[in-house]
Amino acid sequence: MDLYEYQGRDLFERHGLPVLAGGVATTPEEARAIAERLGGRVVVKAQVKVGGRGKAGGVKLAEGAEETVARATDILGMDIKGHTVHKVMITVTADVAEEYYFSYLLDRANRTFLCIASVAGGMDIEQVAAETPEKVVKAPIDAVEGVDEAKAREIVTAANFPAEVADQVVEIAVGLWKAFVAEDATLVEVNPLAKTGEGKLLLLDAKVSLDENAGFRHPDHEALVDQATVDPLEQAAKEKDLNYVKLDGEVGIIGNGAGLVMSTLDVVAYAGERHGGVKPANFLDIGGGASAEVMANGLEIVLSDPSVRSVFVNVFGGITACDAVANGIVQALALLEQRGEQATKPLVVRLDGNNAEAGRAILDGANNPLIQRVDTMDGAAERAAELAAAGV
Amino acid sequence: MAIWLTKDSKVIVQGMTGSEGMKHTRRMLAAGTTVVGGVNPRKAGTTVDFDGTELPVFASVADAMKETGADVTVIFVPPQFTKGAVVEAIDAEIPLAVVITEGVPVHDTASFWAYNVAKGSKTRIIGPNCPGIASPGASNAGIIPADITGTGRIGLVSKSGTLTYQMMYELRDIGFSTCVGIGGDPIIGTTHIDALAAFEADPETDAIVMIGEIGGDAEERAAEFIKTNVTKPVVGYIAGFTAPPGKTMGHAGAIISGSAGTAEAKKEALEAVGVKVGKTPTETARLMREIMSGR
Repeated sequence: MDLYEYQGRDLFERHGLPVLAGGVATTPEEARAIAERLGGRVVVKAQVKVGGRGKAGGVKLAEGAEETVARATDILGMDIKGHTVHKVMITVTADVAEEYYFSYLLDRANRTFLCIASVAGGMDIEQVAAETPEKVVKAPIDAVEGVDEAKAREIVTAANFPAEVADQVVEIAVGLWKAFVAEDATLVEVNPLAKTGEGKLLLLDAKVSLDENAGFRHPDHEALVDQATVDPLEQAAKEKDLNYVKLDGEVGIIGNGAGLVMSTLDVVAYAGERHGGVKPANFLDIGGGASAEVMANGLEIVLSDPSVRSVFVNVFGGITACDAVANGIVQALALLEQRGEQATKPLVVRLDGNNAEAGRAILDGANNPLIQRVDTMDGAAERAAELAAAGV
Repeated sequence: MAIWLTKDSKVIVQGMTGSEGMKHTRRMLAAGTTVVGGVNPRKAGTTVDFDGTELPVFASVADAMKETGADVTVIFVPPQFTKGAVVEAIDAEIPLAVVITEGVPVHDTASFWAYNVAKGSKTRIIGPNCPGIASPGASNAGIIPADITGTGRIGLVSKSGTLTYQMMYELRDIGFSTCVGIGGDPIIGTTHIDALAAFEADPETDAIVMIGEIGGDAEERAAEFIKTNVTKPVVGYIAGFTAPPGKTMGHAGAIISGSAGTAEAKKEALEAVGVKVGKTPTETARLMREIMSGR
């Protein structure tokens, strides 16, 4: 889960790291209260999870409460690269003399964590690395040993931080590592890590990603999810423990296993190229043990998507036998009917693997005109795409 | 011969007394696996009956190894306890630990991996979030259905469980030496490269199917490895060509970050080193069938 800048700022503050005083507002009136509390000159920053907001006019200075209200009014509701601004962060301003860069992130390739540090901050670090690689230090961090003062000093020396800020960077490096571990983050990026005219270091921006698998250790992380931007279907699926991602096509997809469902999306998209360009409408993995209830929940979510015109149920019977899956589909349709949600969209079902013959016989025996059985994955994808293209 | 798991492997189950552990221990036994016991400190000294096979429960992995000569552990404990279970397996220096559990925090995986490396990498870790490893006709450690295919001479390594089953099913008449599900998490123990190296060295494997998916650059690195180290034919499949960037597709590791981790890049890297990449699982199986029919 990626956090907003203000959530990252709050997280840094909670872990004792030096950030600017500030607050977050969803209305101009809230912005006024924050400006009055902070006093003097402030900066109003659009909260969006996309880069380039400064160029888009999403970051403005303001003097006093009235001007803050005016700037917040301008920025709230603004569209930045397709993201609507629902919140602004307001902070006091800083007198920035120098800008550095500091981050910890997951290094998948080396199965560990990585620290990236540079005295060339305030710009895109990938660009710095490409143009002046000697200014960027990448230090692997041992997940067990972590970052203590000695390790931090090693990084600070390697990155050539000026002597007068070295001790402060060391302290921040250690503190930021503690926060990274304590919050189960996969990324904490500070760009810029700024030095003020008085020589004090401040974390001026915050890019933080948290590991959703660690949610059981962090009941407070749930509150960081921005409900305003959550797709309602994704939310409904989550409440039913379904692994669903909304996409923008017309063929609803239900399958078992993440890899098989990803593969199903691809095969449907290829078939769609031959049928009016229809695409998969969603990713939905119902997992290994697909009971009738899980199947019904899945079908309900997929069928409630108004852009869905046909549904492809693609199941390989591994641990779950296909006859159980077939019974699940038939019962799911009956369950939906009981819930008063008459399904009207065609269902193309492909069952293969364990007890496939028995499963197919159950589907045939159900005599449901909505169910069309196709026995290969490629053939079924073709049929589902064809039906979606025809079902305009 | 197969790789890593053979008919001589002696398997214990950490979490055998839980519902998932119980269910899959029964399945592993039915598949002919030599399961010799389970680990649960709270139930040490008791036994569990699996359709007539009484399996002892030990207090620790070390105890189980000492009493039974076990050399493989399959871990079914919940995510909260997975790190502890793997660390215990590493401390006992068991040669192979198969971590089935889904939803393990990546800091925990990074941590037990670093611990294993610091201890001299005496334990091969497969997973987490994987279906395990099966050498058809010999042994089965994990949740891969044992009845899809028989023994043969294809080696398979995959990030995905159900795509593994699909591929085994499509090529069931030819059969497999070993099928390894390495898992879909951002950090995993055994990689495509480890499996490719083992299959290359295995006299009972003639050709290799490699299944990847979006996220990370494991497939690109595997391609580099194939170029200089693999002489046996390799057929590839990558899932997730139509996945949008920034969205996690089921597996915690299956995410395109910016322009990194796309299926297209992986396919190109594999094709550049002579690996034939199928567009669909069925086409991939057909490519493998052509290779095997020439033998």
